Amino acid sequence: MAEVEETLKRIQNHKGVIGTMVVNAEGIPIRTTLDNSTTVQYAGLLHQLTMKARSTVRDIDPQNDLTFLRIRSKKHEIMVAPDKEYLLIVIQNPCE
Amino acid sequence: MEIVYVYVKKRSEFGKQCNFTDRQAELNIDIPPNPELAELYVERNPVDTGIQCSTSMSEHEANTERIEMETRGVNHVEGGWPKDVNPLELEQTIRFRKKVEKDENYINAITQLGLIMEHCIKQNNAIDIYQEYFDDEDSVEVTEEAPSAKTINVFRDPQEIKRSATHLSWHPDGSKKLAVAYSCLNFQRAPPGMSHDSYIWDLENPNRPEIALKPSSPVITLEYNPKDSHVLLGGCYNGQIACWDTRKGSMVAELSTIEFSHRDPVYGTIWLQSKTGTECFSASTDGQVMWWDIRKLSEPTEVVIMDITKKEQLDNALGAISLEFEATLPTKFMVGTEQGVVISCNRKAKTSAEKIVCTFSGHHGPVYALQRNPFYPKNFLTVGDWTARIWSEDSRESSIMWTKYHMAYLTDGAWSPVRPAVFFTTKMDGTLDIWDFVFKQCDPALSLKDNGCFVACGSQLGTTTLLEVSSGLCTLQRNEKNIASSIFERETRREKILEARHREMRLKEKGKSDGKEEELREEETAVDLEELVGKAEEEFFDIILSELKKKEAEALRKSKLQQPSLKPEDEAEGEEEMEADDLVEREDQAEEEGGSEETPA
Repeated sequence: MAEVEETLKRIQNHKGVIGTMVVNAEGIPIRTTLDNSTTVQYAGLLHQLTMKARSTVRDIDPQNDLTFLRIRSKKHEIMVAPDKEYLLIVIQNPCE
Repeated sequence: MEIVYVYVKKRSEFGKQCNFTDRQAELNIDIPPNPELAELYVERNPVDTGIQCSTSMSEHEANTERIEMETRGVNHVEGGWPKDVNPLELEQTIRFRKKVEKDENYINAITQLGLIMEHCIKQNNAIDIYQEYFDDEDSVEVTEEAPSAKTINVFRDPQEIKRSATHLSWHPDGSKKLAVAYSCLNFQRAPPGMSHDSYIWDLENPNRPEIALKPSSPVITLEYNPKDSHVLLGGCYNGQIACWDTRKGSMVAELSTIEFSHRDPVYGTIWLQSKTGTECFSASTDGQVMWWDIRKLSEPTEVVIMDITKKEQLDNALGAISLEFEATLPTKFMVGTEQGVVISCNRKAKTSAEKIVCTFSGHHGPVYALQRNPFYPKNFLTVGDWTARIWSEDSRESSIMWTKYHMAYLTDGAWSPVRPAVFFTTKMDGTLDIWDFVFKQCDPALSLKDNGCFVACGSQLGTTTLLEVSSGLCTLQRNEKNIASSIFERETRREKILEARHREMRLKEKGKSDGKEEELREEETAVDLEELVGKAEEEFFDIILSELKKKEAEALRKSKLQQPSLKPEDEAEGEEEMEADDLVEREDQAEEEGGSEETPA
């Protein structure tokens, strides 16, 4: 329990990190540092995207699996770490 | 000749069932070819006839009805919560969350994911993978693609009675909006019931204008205030100046009084750079240029009459069609007139007569567009009659560069704000030409029919087309500024030399008419060696020709009178020979002189 807290705190305190969220398989935000509406939006959209990405990877090679998803946009970078049941989403502003 | 086959049937046999039998073929008619008929025709060689035996097809186009689209947003609602948890209840959601956090899976998962995530975050922070290594090289873009432009959107006048789009003005910041003035410029041919409205379009929505501006008389020209993007200035068909504030609505906010306005449609209005941001000036074909302050539109602050003879006579004034003002030269402005003359004026001159500084004439018809080059304000572009001309302020006699005479009347022109060597012109037949005189000087770089990258073009039918010009024409080329300035300088120098030559010649002519002939001739002989020789030759031949003619005339006369007397003929011949000798001597002398001149040189 304390480790979880510590991990999330450490991630949030890294340079450039704007927000962190943990979302479960149903899209319910378990833990988030951003406001609710944004979190809900991110959760819903990224969940679908992760599913799609995972199925793509597995279609190409069934032995393979998705470990990480990074979306770089003009304003920031969205990083998604998928698990069987949960999704860890971090939004970072890469230093340039 | 008719081919007829006759058969006979009894009436009682009508309606009887037919009994068909075969029989041998019978020759009814045999028409052999008649070679005489062939004489009436000429053989055609080669013959161009299609002999394919396929189905004939035709091509048709059909346009579907335009769908009106609206943009709307949808808000996500939280879902996915299990049935027993009410998402609105804070307690329940917190409880649920706490439960999940206690789950062992959760703890393990997060720890794992956290590790991976940290790795990536640190990676991001360590190196910027999209760093530009070769910044300098990027600006060198060799455009191998041919210049092109693409129509992005077409804005049609939503009124049923179509009017022409007479003026366009971009919104000062961001160019997301476009103000278009609609009016009918044919004298008194505006159909009754024609709406006076002008519109502001949003570029994203071509179906419906964003705001409509309602004046009392159709607006011919419309300009956004560069300082305050909510304020617009319009010049009306009846000579009044109107001002709108888009925050206040579509009715006119301020209107100038009729007594003090122009007497003719206002063709040009421009905002001035002033501290208050409320000053503007307008020009019209009644020959006056008036300055206004928006806050007090009942009376113009200043009036200047466009009279080149500087007598302040309204009758002599030239009607102004286009107006130009450059913010970097705040006291000077230029007016293009209906008579083809461009007048450059100084606003700050003490006496009214000195307001008009100089004139540039060169167009045969009204100067429809006048604009300074945004990079080199000394050079400006004028468009009128069938050509577009580029002028330099230094050379007053003629333009430094001009396009060839086109087939159609040129209606408008503008410089590109990004590239100093590119300008656009539009023609009466509907083509938009883009000229790039660094690339090619005699033809437009691109012709098209029907901010930096966007060009909006208005047409007579009231449609406005938004084009995106290819990047080759809107990114600054390497060295372009230098090349453009050197072109301008070169042409200006050429004009200056020509001007100087003209002045010399005019002085000479003046001198002749004043009676200082000999002096000048002596000067001439000293000046040009070749000219001298040429002249002498010409004189020689002229005299010979005239003598020959005289001889012929005399011979004719003599043959008519039939009085053969050799003496006058001989004399004439002798005279002629002597004169020829003289001339030859003179020529030799001239050559000797020339020769002696050369040797000391």
